[in-house]
Amino acid sequence: MIAKRRYGTHVFLIVMSAMWLLPLLWTLYTSLRPKAATDRYGYWSLRGPFNLHNFTDAWTQGSLPTYFVNSIYITVPSVLLTLGLASMMAFAVSRFTWKFNVTLLIMFTAGNMLPPQVLAAPLFEMFKHTPLPYSLSTSGSLLDTYYAVIAVEVAFQLGFCTFVLSNYMKALPSELTEAALVDGASVWRQYSRIIMPLSRPALAALGTLQVIWLYNDFFWPLLFIQTGARLPITTGVNSLQGQFLMNYNLIAAGATITVIPTLVIYLALQRHFVAGLTLGASKG
Amino acid sequence: MTQTITAAAAPTKPVARTRARRVRRLTGRDRIVLAFMVGVPTLIQAVLIWIPTLLSIGLSFTRWNGLAVSDIRPAGLTNYRFAVKDYPPFWPAVEHNLIWLGFLALVATPIGLLLAVLLDQNIRGSRIYQSIFFTPVMLSLVLVGIIWQLIYARDEGLLNNVLGTAGHPNAVDWFGDPHVNLWAALVATAWRHAGYIMVLYLAGLKGIDPSLREAAAIDGANARQTFFRVVFPAMRPINIVVVVITLIEALRAFDIVYVINHGTNGLELLSVLVIQNLVGEGQVIGVGSALAVILLVVSLIPIVTYLIRTFRRADG
Repeated sequence: MIAKRRYGTHVFLIVMSAMWLLPLLWTLYTSLRPKAATDRYGYWSLRGPFNLHNFTDAWTQGSLPTYFVNSIYITVPSVLLTLGLASMMAFAVSRFTWKFNVTLLIMFTAGNMLPPQVLAAPLFEMFKHTPLPYSLSTSGSLLDTYYAVIAVEVAFQLGFCTFVLSNYMKALPSELTEAALVDGASVWRQYSRIIMPLSRPALAALGTLQVIWLYNDFFWPLLFIQTGARLPITTGVNSLQGQFLMNYNLIAAGATITVIPTLVIYLALQRHFVAGLTLGASKG
Repeated sequence: MTQTITAAAAPTKPVARTRARRVRRLTGRDRIVLAFMVGVPTLIQAVLIWIPTLLSIGLSFTRWNGLAVSDIRPAGLTNYRFAVKDYPPFWPAVEHNLIWLGFLALVATPIGLLLAVLLDQNIRGSRIYQSIFFTPVMLSLVLVGIIWQLIYARDEGLLNNVLGTAGHPNAVDWFGDPHVNLWAALVATAWRHAGYIMVLYLAGLKGIDPSLREAAAIDGANARQTFFRVVFPAMRPINIVVVVITLIEALRAFDIVYVINHGTNGLELLSVLVIQNLVGEGQVIGVGSALAVILLVVSLIPIVTYLIRTFRRADG
């Protein structure tokens, strides 16, 4: 291609990039300056000192380690369950034809697109009125437990993952499983030995996407978890705003720490993440 | 992606027949396995998505304080009448949701499309630009709210410091002033939304058959004509997905306004009003459910449109 008129494009893109990076760089910059320095010189100033004290303070005072561990408790089982169940459902609807398979797939897809707030009241009341022994739940019900959050996260993501995986599995040649069937392979064997290994790219993309989405989810833990020490990081980090009142340096440090895990996943698995986002859309 | 659709659509009839036969041919044990594979996910969907949706509709016609199930009383259309006529934040919330949709559709989504079109050309550093615009997409809207608070804060924020108004008594509190905070929140939302749309359109543009552009060039079309008359219409499947995503994001908007001020004082949205009526002291589940049903009915428009388009084609 010819390089004509590319200067204008570059100038525009550089200006836009600067605008896009500015909030992130400002957050990082604020977090590196001690409160004393900003009190003295104002936030809009290049005067030092610069150090990592805000990070250590936010880490210890803001109970961030607890929030991180809680996020793992919710995210890991949710993603594994979602992918396991969605792949089974997708396998059944895409490799076999039976009466309601398309109807069910439509219902699954629709469920994922609803605003979560539509389901909030009934789910909250259902969980409140489901008794659990106190050995399993301090509230005596499903409220304030990870089971509740995990169950709803799985149910909500199941639709999207089933939709994406069924499209993927439908595109795999049907001779593969037919040959296996002739050899006498059971349904379970076809699923676990043939279809699942071949679906690895889609599973990797969805897995990466789901980890980031569930880590970022705010609403369901907000609704179901009442004990502050049980909140996952995304819901918990919001409470830093109240806790570190007006100490924007500490808030900035807390925000920066919270970004780090997603940033690591994104940088390591960027290809999968982007693939996951477009997988769902490519079959419009 | 177009290939997948055509490939899947062409042999549908014979494949369907052989597969249908195949189910009947299965052994008893295989049928049990298959029933389990379908049954467990379906049960989860039914109990945690479909039944709660129906319960929401049911509860919207009742009066209930959320304590004992036996306290539920029928209330007819009272909750709807109250929400529409006597509940002060209702119409502001509807207006804000519409503004939200308008801003995403007319500003944020076109920015995403523009970035995708510019980056789809083989320009130097395209990958770096893409990574920069994409970074906000992996942040939660909670973090987006917190990060922009650092920009918008009245005395401490970057914006007022750059404008030179920080510290003045008449400095704008961007997230606090009910006349501007909706727009401030929308700018922050657009920061994330545009990157998402960019990624979708980049995938769409890669799927365009290069011969289409060549044919347009031979016919003497300039770049603008080629894009608007040839490339953009050819991306119809992606365009539909983007329209649906934009509509649904506008209806689902919740996290960011909740983080800013719990969706009050200029930031009322339907989704937030639902939650405000369900939790806290003045628990009025009937009214909250009526609002949820209004939100549900509006959401069903893009959802059903999308499903019809998607599955009509998949069935061939």
